[in-house]
Amino acid sequence: MAADRTHVQPPAGSAPPVLGPGQAVLSGEVTIIVALAGQPNVGKSTVFNLLTGLGQHVGNWPGKTVEQKTGVYRYNGTTIHLVDLPGTYSLTANSPEEVIARDYVIQAQPDVVVAIVNAASLERNLYLVAELLPLSRRLVVGLNMVDVAAAEGVSVEPQVLEAALGVPVVPMSARRNEGVRELIETVDRVARGEIACRPNLPEIRADHRQVLDEIHALVAGCVPAPYPADWIALKLLEGDVEVTAMMRDRCLPPERWEKVHTILMAHEDAILSVASGRYEWVGRMIRAAVIHPRAGQITLTERLDRWTTHPVWGLLLLTGALGLVFWLTFAIGTPLQELLDTVLLGSLSSFLTTALSGAPAWLSGLVVDGILGGAGTVVTFLPILILFFAILALMEDVGYMARAAFVMDRFMHLMGLHGKSFMPLFLGFGCNVPAVVGTRIIDSPKARLLTMLLAPLVPCAARLAVIVFLAPIFFAGAAPLVALGLIAFNLFVLGVVGALINKWVLRGERAAFIMELPLYHRPSLRTIGIQVWQNSSEFLRKAGSLILVMSVVVWALASLPNGDIQTSYLASAGRALEPVGALMGLDWRMLVALLSSFVAKENAIATLGILFGTGEAGVGLGSALQSALTPAAALAFLVVEMLFIPCAATVAVIKQESKSWIWTLMSVGMLLGLSLAAGILVYQIVRGW
Amino acid sequence: MKLSTMHDDLTLSGVARGERVRLRSIAGGHELLSRLASLGFTPGARLSVVQNRGRGPIIVELRGTRVALGRREATRIMVERDGGGQDGR
Repeated sequence: MAADRTHVQPPAGSAPPVLGPGQAVLSGEVTIIVALAGQPNVGKSTVFNLLTGLGQHVGNWPGKTVEQKTGVYRYNGTTIHLVDLPGTYSLTANSPEEVIARDYVIQAQPDVVVAIVNAASLERNLYLVAELLPLSRRLVVGLNMVDVAAAEGVSVEPQVLEAALGVPVVPMSARRNEGVRELIETVDRVARGEIACRPNLPEIRADHRQVLDEIHALVAGCVPAPYPADWIALKLLEGDVEVTAMMRDRCLPPERWEKVHTILMAHEDAILSVASGRYEWVGRMIRAAVIHPRAGQITLTERLDRWTTHPVWGLLLLTGALGLVFWLTFAIGTPLQELLDTVLLGSLSSFLTTALSGAPAWLSGLVVDGILGGAGTVVTFLPILILFFAILALMEDVGYMARAAFVMDRFMHLMGLHGKSFMPLFLGFGCNVPAVVGTRIIDSPKARLLTMLLAPLVPCAARLAVIVFLAPIFFAGAAPLVALGLIAFNLFVLGVVGALINKWVLRGERAAFIMELPLYHRPSLRTIGIQVWQNSSEFLRKAGSLILVMSVVVWALASLPNGDIQTSYLASAGRALEPVGALMGLDWRMLVALLSSFVAKENAIATLGILFGTGEAGVGLGSALQSALTPAAALAFLVVEMLFIPCAATVAVIKQESKSWIWTLMSVGMLLGLSLAAGILVYQIVRGW
Repeated sequence: MKLSTMHDDLTLSGVARGERVRLRSIAGGHELLSRLASLGFTPGARLSVVQNRGRGPIIVELRGTRVALGRREATRIMVERDGGGQDGR
């Protein structure tokens, strides 16, 4: 991955020059690779963002749906390539993130590993350091959030900790931009060999010493190149899935594996002992370094948690927070979206129509109706999304999101899911695309697939926009009630479908709900800003690629073969579906409107405008629709629109994230059947009234 | 002896809010053990129950951090009342 990098060697024979902080260094340009490791909730991304700003590269780890962030920082003639490892509690193969983090440290052998730890929960944080030290001895500990720790009544003495660990410890508060420069300076000096690391390595507990030696002897000589043999022996004893499979299938001769296997079977719960050993080591490290000057005080986190995690107050608080999000979305986001739609898209499309007047009709149709009407319209939802992303990032950054997940856990259990699935589903109210991507935070693959399948049932802003436009036409004063009822109905369907799929399709063991509740702290605007920027640009990239392609395909279906939607393939499909439509009181035009909502949900309105010959959703559409539809049929239409197949962009990301066409098609098929069944049911019931 | 049977049966799920206990063992598959162990749920660890209501998830504090656990996970963690009376941190 980095063939051209220069390894920095300590200057042989001569003593390293003694440098004061900020002083220039004599040697020339060097490039080093620094991996940033840390547990979740330690402010690691704040550190990374501070150093790399907007100049970071965001992608995926090769072959994984785990985000990879890299960036470059220049300091004192050193070019530092920063690699942000996934946040993990340990380096055992409990999750893809943990495998990625340790494989990177072992295989890429970064020049320095920085372990960011949270001073307020140092004991648990040093567990990861205990796992990192045997893999990389050039380690620098960034003792972050010293301010948060102080507020919680914890104080840590960095020098004492440094002496105990045998590696540099730099106190810092990334949130306040304090200590980050010192951290980089220390990293640079460690890379140059000016600071020697003599780590105090954790050892296994005495009761497993002998068995570890036995395994070590058996695997000796069979461990592939970059892996340390003692580390492999320890991971085998821990029962690490990946290492066990690797040694069994590829490295050990069968008779040796049999012997190892027999030993392992006799020590199945050795992980508890190994972990205890590490925690004993951690205990020795911190005994002298951590002081509780205000032990016994009731901390901010304790006080807030009494409310936020309470089954009643917590739920009310969450409802209030969600209400506020919706209010903000509709008070600020929706007008902005409409403004973009009419002003930006409107002028752009009239400009392009004029510019392309000389070109063939299909070209102007493709550009104006296909690209602008599809992908362009999706882009106008960016203001709503930015608002959503910002509020979510804020809730996450202050530590509230984990509490929301905790409160929702009881309800998610009805669907065989747990609290963590709530977060991506909530994001779905803004747009289903980030909701599907957001399922990455769920630990269990099964729960993740189920959440992905349910995400399109959360009514997104585009569907809400359709409801807000159409409901008043048919239901006048009762429109707000109808809109709320439709949202509630979607969530009800989501619950029922989730419970059924969990019961019949995804049977089997349920993922464990284990989630850290981080300490509350003041948000960092920079972290939130960068997160919003990244999510938004990711969304725009998708709009420019996947969504663009799908828009063109659907536009082609709506205009081929004659360039007229009335005789297009899409219209033929609508007419073919008329028998189904009749059951809902809908004629072919309404069906085509539904089909066109596949490009983007709000297309339904534009299509109706074209089909009812009133032009772009003009004033005439309301009365035309009123005369074409009975209230029962109108309600059925709205129900179907709310539950209908996800938009093209969502389908594309479901495929991308699930890596399965079967699952994607199942999602589309399920929603198609579900929406039509619900539409028919609603029409038949309401009509009989 | 009746008392010791009761003692042996105590799981984290049955510990009231505000009580302090010591972890004895974890009954579960390797994955559960491994995930819990890395968060500090090891034999002998001191836990204090912060929130435990009805059939919902519970919150415990251990090693200076708060961790939410599903009810099912809590029933798999065997504990004993902490006689030491020392601060679990």
